[in-house]
Amino acid sequence: MAKKEYSFYPGCSSQSKASADNFMRSANAMCDALDIQLNEIDDWNCCGASIGYAGGSEIPRLSLSARNIALSKQQQGDKDIVAPCAACWIATREAEDRVNENAHVREGINAALGEIGLKVEPNQMPKTRHMVEVLMEDIGIDAIAKGVTNPLEGVKIAGYVGCQTNRPFGIAGESFENPQYLDQMIEACGAEALNRYEKKVSCCSGALMFSEPQKGQALVKDIIEAAYDGGADMIVTPCQLCQMNVESYQRDINKTFKTKFEMPVVYYSQLIALAYGKSASEAALDGQIIRAKKLEEKAK
Amino acid sequence: MSEMNQAMIEKYRSNFLQEVEANVEEGHWVKMCMQCGVCSGSCPMENNWDHPPQELFMMIRANKRDEVLSSSSMWMCTSCYNCIARCPRGLPITHIMHGLASYGKRMGLAPKEQPTVKFGDIFWKSIVENGRVNELKIGVGLYFMNGFVQGIKNALAGKELGLAMMKTKRMNPMEYFGGHKCKDRSGIAKMLAKAAEFEAEHVAKFGK
Ligand code: SF4
Ligand code: SF4
Repeated sequence: MAKKEYSFYPGCSSQSKASADNFMRSANAMCDALDIQLNEIDDWNCCGASIGYAGGSEIPRLSLSARNIALSKQQQGDKDIVAPCAACWIATREAEDRVNENAHVREGINAALGEIGLKVEPNQMPKTRHMVEVLMEDIGIDAIAKGVTNPLEGVKIAGYVGCQTNRPFGIAGESFENPQYLDQMIEACGAEALNRYEKKVSCCSGALMFSEPQKGQALVKDIIEAAYDGGADMIVTPCQLCQMNVESYQRDINKTFKTKFEMPVVYYSQLIALAYGKSASEAALDGQIIRAKKLEEKAK
Repeated sequence: MSEMNQAMIEKYRSNFLQEVEANVEEGHWVKMCMQCGVCSGSCPMENNWDHPPQELFMMIRANKRDEVLSSSSMWMCTSCYNCIARCPRGLPITHIMHGLASYGKRMGLAPKEQPTVKFGDIFWKSIVENGRVNELKIGVGLYFMNGFVQGIKNALAGKELGLAMMKTKRMNPMEYFGGHKCKDRSGIAKMLAKAAEFEAEHVAKFGK
């Protein structure tokens, strides 16, 4: 495979020692294995995330993403921007759509960007893609499967896609109700995907886990329960917020609901890194709050 | 803000739908709603709403301005996009929810003690100051948003998770004293101020 290069927008949670530090470390190992080079956008800023609307209204919020798009264009031309975080990906794509379609918003954004000598022009912005799109469309599931040297046999995994990687944009060719790509990644890595995971695309409560924890935990409880019902050893997800919400509140959920959950929640990047022969620490298994012991045993 | 609120009431008289179309993000879509109820039935927060999206859209047409803009309902939206994926009329419901929340706040009508309203402010402040979010400061801010005593209680209750996050290198206590930041923070602040100014001018003078 020839090396593939992208402009990279990591997002706040993937920074060193932030909540998805384990994602980023494993993604680096995965990209090394798959010969993908990510060139970080210099001085990128927060996308506003899905909660940005609460403090920032439409044009300030969209200006944030427009700045990232403009910086990427300035630094890396028309190279696709790759975002591994669903919220970043959606926010950036929405800004692009709004600039293309709404003259009023475009005027406001360009007035704001003008303050720092930047500009966005309709239909001339680089495309923003999710990391999963790069894997499925540019590399391809067959090529991923072919390179596996350490198949994760005997591990049963619930593929939890969640909301924002799936809606409103989703991955081309996939349905909103039952997308297949995550299961395909699990199988490509030699593990077994739950074939009917009831909560595959349900909501983990997103940012409301912080402000409405009881309501959030009730949603997460069902997501974990369905994984146990299907006999899963662990859950895998493409989303940083899903990972955090589903993994890290299990202790509180156990207290509230008298459950005994201890369900590991990992990223696809960790599976792929391990299946390509990376070590447990390269795959950032030490970043799990609930250890994924079955994967640790498989690690080279 | 109540001055602006008064001005809006006068300007739009008894036509809240027009006001929403002019001033709320993606508000021009509201009239397309056919009241089928699919969005309300698809919402993970369905048991927690006073008014699910379908009902809010009906209330907008029925001119229930204060009831809509002061509702806590929009602040319950998790941004799951399920409603958007399923709406037969293609309404960008999630964005309209966010837009209504934001406009209610601009008019000074958003519920004061609503946790997501407060959380949203803490989050946005982090962006305006640093260009990036500081997860630790936001977490600490959240613990303390209902006062000092409650904050200490919350922090103690959350202590185990905090320790687990540090142990797994997913939280850095030093973040509290600095942490991840953009280089061009003053530029970002200028950009955001300009964006807010542009928007405020347009809302006040012409609507969009
Ligand atoms: S699904 Fe769409 S058309 Fe149906 S009630 Fe909701 S917004 Fe209206
Ligand atoms: S995006 Fe918001 S309003 Fe729509 S279904 Fe999800 S939580 Fe409900």
